[in-house]
Amino acid sequence: MPQRDFELVKSDDPVAVPKRVALVSRDVSLKVDVEPEEMVMSVPHLVLREAIAFELLVAFLAFYSLLVDAPLEQMANPLKTPNPAKAPWYFLGLQELLHYFPPIVAGVLVPALVVIALIVIPYFDVNVRRPRLWERRDRRALLTFGSVVLGSLVILAIFGVWPVVITSFLLSLVMIACLLYPSETGWWGRVCKLSLPSWIMIWFVACTVVLTLIGVYFRGPGWSWVWPWQ
Amino acid sequence: MNDLSTNWNATPQAGVGRRLLTRLTGSGVWRSVFRHGWIRTNRDRALTIYSNVFLHIHPVKVRKSALPFRVTFCLGGLSLALFIVLTVTGILLMLYYHPSAPRAYEDMKDLEFVVSSGVFLRNLHRWSAHLMVITVFLHMLRVFFAGAYRPPREFNWVVGVMLLVLTLLLSFTGYLLPWDQLAYWAITVGTNMAGAVPWVGDEIRFLLLGGNTIGENTLIRFYVLHCVVLPLGIVVLMAVHFWRVRKDGGLARPL
Ligand code: HEM
Repeated sequence: MPQRDFELVKSDDPVAVPKRVALVSRDVSLKVDVEPEEMVMSVPHLVLREAIAFELLVAFLAFYSLLVDAPLEQMANPLKTPNPAKAPWYFLGLQELLHYFPPIVAGVLVPALVVIALIVIPYFDVNVRRPRLWERRDRRALLTFGSVVLGSLVILAIFGVWPVVITSFLLSLVMIACLLYPSETGWWGRVCKLSLPSWIMIWFVACTVVLTLIGVYFRGPGWSWVWPWQ
Repeated sequence: MNDLSTNWNATPQAGVGRRLLTRLTGSGVWRSVFRHGWIRTNRDRALTIYSNVFLHIHPVKVRKSALPFRVTFCLGGLSLALFIVLTVTGILLMLYYHPSAPRAYEDMKDLEFVVSSGVFLRNLHRWSAHLMVITVFLHMLRVFFAGAYRPPREFNWVVGVMLLVLTLLLSFTGYLLPWDQLAYWAITVGTNMAGAVPWVGDEIRFLLLGGNTIGENTLIRFYVLHCVVLPLGIVVLMAVHFWRVRKDGGLARPL
């Protein structure tokens, strides 16, 4: 008997045992429901598409660069602080958080947690099948989820982070609507089919976009609220 | 593939263009470069891929189902394309740029008023940089919602996250280089956040800035990071990323 350096676990729980071995005895034919897939030559089918995409991109960039000039302000002057001083736009979401939280939260904790959360995604969510949000409609899951959301909303509200509170609240309404008015078809059916990980990602993207837009367009002197047309 | 393999050999009736093309692609010099003639057969199509160092990043054949636009929205490819545009325009900008104050700012003014197409060059570089941040982020979302980060692609997702971080850092370090008010104060805000790291925050900030406030030391540090260190890093990671896409079995199948 050859030495084994692995252990076989018998289980039908895909969460506990994501990688599985199927044993097929000789008198049973293996049935696979994947058809052999149609292949095409990369030249020209793929390479031509790439070339076209590249050309379109360069054409777009050239037009845009002819029409819109990159900004250039006065020479850097350490003695003249502009009000407000804004970070590059992709960091304005974080700068907006700086308005509500101490720097260690907005400048260190949040970005670090975001990067860590992104990195661990594939090590937590390994299943091919994605259960929809309300598929396991047991009360415990519902209660846990509901209280986590509510708890976070309360904490965020205490800190006065209302852009995140409002965004989260609106998204929760959509999720509850999925529970009350489930559907299988149409665009609403697709929304109802979203899994919990997808909802978390949507929530993250929505908050990022809202915070960034506020930072870019709605913040004036002293980080006070201004309307873009003011 | 009959339509494409109609007789390309130079028959007496063939036009001048075709005769020239046949002569050219049959010549010893052409063959020394391309190793195959004009693309007529599937063998030539395969040779085009694997006798070319740039194209052999692709397999000879791909799944037809992976081709439509809606599978990838071209986002990974566009990120790479933008990086190439940024490299070319960046090198051209380096010809006119001195990383010292106030020369850096004067060079911006020269680009505007002295160098032919200088503004256009600067615009191309700047807008491509902004667009790249967007396409890389959207590419990440595409991969997420396709579930394409699942085994065996976990590690390539992690490489991707590193690419996202490097893209942001490249954009951020480039932001200081024009040495105008916008640049100076945006980097001040950004690096102040790094100063909030517990215990070693001030040290990190000092290391980044080469001093306690932004000055010429910062400019040269950001310049070296922006033009050498970070591009090298991102190129290495991109090589790993693309290689892994193939080793992990090409694009993930739809769920
Ligand atoms: C500089 C940035 C990046 C470049 C140039 C790049 C390029 C590419 C390209 C060309 C592909 C082939 C398929 C496609 O175009 O979608 C790809 C696939 C992939 N990318 Fe990226 N990428 C970058 C950043 C990222 C990021 C930020 C992530 C995730 C956090 C990521 C994760 C992946 C994964 C998992 C695949 C495999 C997808 C599949 O099998 O369907 N990449 N990348």
